[in-house]
Amino acid sequence: MISKVVRAALAVAAMSLVPAAAQAFEPENPECIAPANPGGGWDFTCRQVGKSLQDLGLIDSTMQVVNLAGGGGGVAYAAVVNKRGDDSNLIVAASSATATRLAQGAYPGNTMDQVRWVGAIGADYGVIAVAADSPIKDLTQLMTQLKDKPSSIAVAGGSAVGGWDHLKVLIAANAAGISDVRKVKYIAFNGGGEAVTQLLAGSVQAFSGDISEAKGFVDSGDIRVIAVLSPERLDGDYAAFPTAKEQGIDAIGANWRGFYAPKGMSDDAYDFWVSKIDELYDTPQWKTVMKNNGLAPLDLQGAEFEQFVGESVAKIQQISRDIGIIK
Amino acid sequence: METFSSLADGFVIAMTFQNLILALLGCFLGTIMGALPGLGPSNGVAILIPLAFSLGLGATPSLILLTSVYYGAMYGGRISSILLNIPGDAPALMTCLDGYPMARNGRGGEALALSGFASFIGSFLATWGLVLLAPQLVKIALAFGPAEYFALFALAFATLGGVSSTNQAKSAFAAMVGLGLAMVGVDTQTGVPRFTFGLVHFYDGIDFLVAIVGLFAISEVFIFIENRHGDADAEGKKVELGRLTPTMKTFWGSFPSIIRTSIVGFIAGVLPGAGASLGSFISYSMEKRLLDKNGTFGKGDPRGVAAPEAGNNAAAGGALVPMLALGVPGSGTTAVLLAVLLALNITPGPLLFANNPDVVWGLIAALFIGNFILLLLNIPFVGIFIRVLLVPPRILMPIVAMVSFVGIYGIAGSSFDLLIMVAFGVVGWLFRKLDVPLVPVILGVLLGNNMESNLRRAITISDGDWTVLFASPLAITLWSISIIGFVLPIFVSRFMPKKPKPVSAEAEEEVSN
Repeated sequence: MISKVVRAALAVAAMSLVPAAAQAFEPENPECIAPANPGGGWDFTCRQVGKSLQDLGLIDSTMQVVNLAGGGGGVAYAAVVNKRGDDSNLIVAASSATATRLAQGAYPGNTMDQVRWVGAIGADYGVIAVAADSPIKDLTQLMTQLKDKPSSIAVAGGSAVGGWDHLKVLIAANAAGISDVRKVKYIAFNGGGEAVTQLLAGSVQAFSGDISEAKGFVDSGDIRVIAVLSPERLDGDYAAFPTAKEQGIDAIGANWRGFYAPKGMSDDAYDFWVSKIDELYDTPQWKTVMKNNGLAPLDLQGAEFEQFVGESVAKIQQISRDIGIIK
Repeated sequence: METFSSLADGFVIAMTFQNLILALLGCFLGTIMGALPGLGPSNGVAILIPLAFSLGLGATPSLILLTSVYYGAMYGGRISSILLNIPGDAPALMTCLDGYPMARNGRGGEALALSGFASFIGSFLATWGLVLLAPQLVKIALAFGPAEYFALFALAFATLGGVSSTNQAKSAFAAMVGLGLAMVGVDTQTGVPRFTFGLVHFYDGIDFLVAIVGLFAISEVFIFIENRHGDADAEGKKVELGRLTPTMKTFWGSFPSIIRTSIVGFIAGVLPGAGASLGSFISYSMEKRLLDKNGTFGKGDPRGVAAPEAGNNAAAGGALVPMLALGVPGSGTTAVLLAVLLALNITPGPLLFANNPDVVWGLIAALFIGNFILLLLNIPFVGIFIRVLLVPPRILMPIVAMVSFVGIYGIAGSSFDLLIMVAFGVVGWLFRKLDVPLVPVILGVLLGNNMESNLRRAITISDGDWTVLFASPLAITLWSISIIGFVLPIFVSRFMPKKPKPVSAEAEEEVSN
């Protein structure tokens, strides 16, 4: 009940938001929690956004990045909900992995409406790739082989079983008409880099990951992207990759990156963060960062973003139930 | 020849006044951070990232600062190992085994200086390896699939027996405890939580740093509290400082060990799934097997200090190979450095050497410079660090406890970790009473997960066919070495005169006195 009221209030607040509106709120000690150890995607999100916000003069002081690792983001989520519930200076890095774990109930006792969703800073579309010398030429061929002889193909990814890299393969397999997706062999590695290395070493036959993880190896000609899980072909360097959709397999998988904030943050503060992320997103400097890191456009802030996260949580719940990861 | 002109260009980039100051600052801070238990190289680098950004440094200066911290921390880890029997970070674990007994025998200064030289030579050779072999070395990393990694970890455990105790059963028990603890957390292969008791804090497993600091530092404090009515204070005053530099004889006696272990450590570093801890561990057990004819290892043999230090510093250099050439981090620290590269808009990977030669060669030149600075910084510092031994335990121990708590809290800002650390302290105290070695526990925690994951990956890929573990020539070679390493000592000891006295038992006794 309460959350509905808050959401309605949020929607109103977001609609009344105009870029020129004077900001009543200025964070004193802006802080970004990266819910993982230094070096990962969340850490990158915090540090890169913090640096860009300061470089562009959107915030006055340095954004402090705090690494609060544990439970695949669950420790940070619980800490924000329970201990930092009304902190207006705080934003927390999130991604599809956060939504996946919320959907699968992997943050015990926590749900997505216990925080406010601030905005996205871009999305990393999923790719399926094979080694450059692989006999598999396209996604259709890979899926046919998966259907006929599932044991001949091992797919490597950087997330655990049931994680986002795994789900992407299953979404594609589902769309290709493979009825029992549980037969698809998925091997979990510690991160996309290790998974690509094993693809090059020939231990596995295919790789499921994000474009940014694969880019360096595509440029060097070591691996071949056989499908991008985006609605249409991407821009620039990535335009050469065929989408799954154009190969007749209607599968889309985007790993978005963004932020959430404590539920009890003042409305002024929430508006401040939403508008700053929005302003940052629109700068040419951020476009360059996105281009360099293989981030595709995903321009959602405030209420729109909140709705987007809600929908993706519902969708992941559906897939996870279909493949038996949750009951 | 092209390599050398690129390297010369790199030196031109690195030799600016600003960069040299940054290297000096990084080396100094890194040494301090490495020496403090809990603060290891990866935290050290992460802490300094905001400094690099807020100073508005470019790509090359930032990397020079951060890699100096990295190399500095690898040097610094040995200091607390030798002086306090508390590893400053995981790779410095093996340095405790002979370093602390040396300090007890009044040879602390020698141990510090010798390990400083060993660190220098290890890093120096590894940096040359990086210069000359980086592109070729990538092929080694690609020869290792899950089955080969499993064989490599099995090798580490097979040679474990002789490392820290002559009582094999107690060693094996300790390793099992460690392996069991490694199972705590969400299983990466199925996503199912194991032994977490519904506590989200356990989902990521037990951080080995928490285990190390608890088992070594906190249990040390407990031992002190237990004995405080005795002559613990008086003992502090009796400590001899001894000479501050090793004799030429000691140095040259250790030299072949340093060269051998540098090579082993470097290769361990190059493998993305292995890393510096495995490098220093295999280095130590190899040297013990080769040289320990009189049972001096574990009682303060200088070679037992030189071997793991050369090994772990060489591994630090080796870990940069897959990071730069593949974009795959070989360790926690290189994962942080990788993130920094990305934040600076540099994409590591196969094309880095072609696209950003100034960054790569500037960085490599900075590694050479940083290494010399570290040697120059560390040798005179021996005289200062060694005075820690003069601090009476009643003052030193509270400081150790404080640094441990602050360090562990700093990792993830979690008070839960502090409780786990204290629990490990109690277990460590109990194990010391029972004369169970602590090193195998840490190795189990450190390597257990990787070993299990790789076994299960290999078996999943082969659809449950176990023969895949022995399918490649490399795997067979690794298995043969582990079998020889495991079986040979059993037979050899039958034909050798009995070893004089339980090795680490004595060291442990000294601790409890």
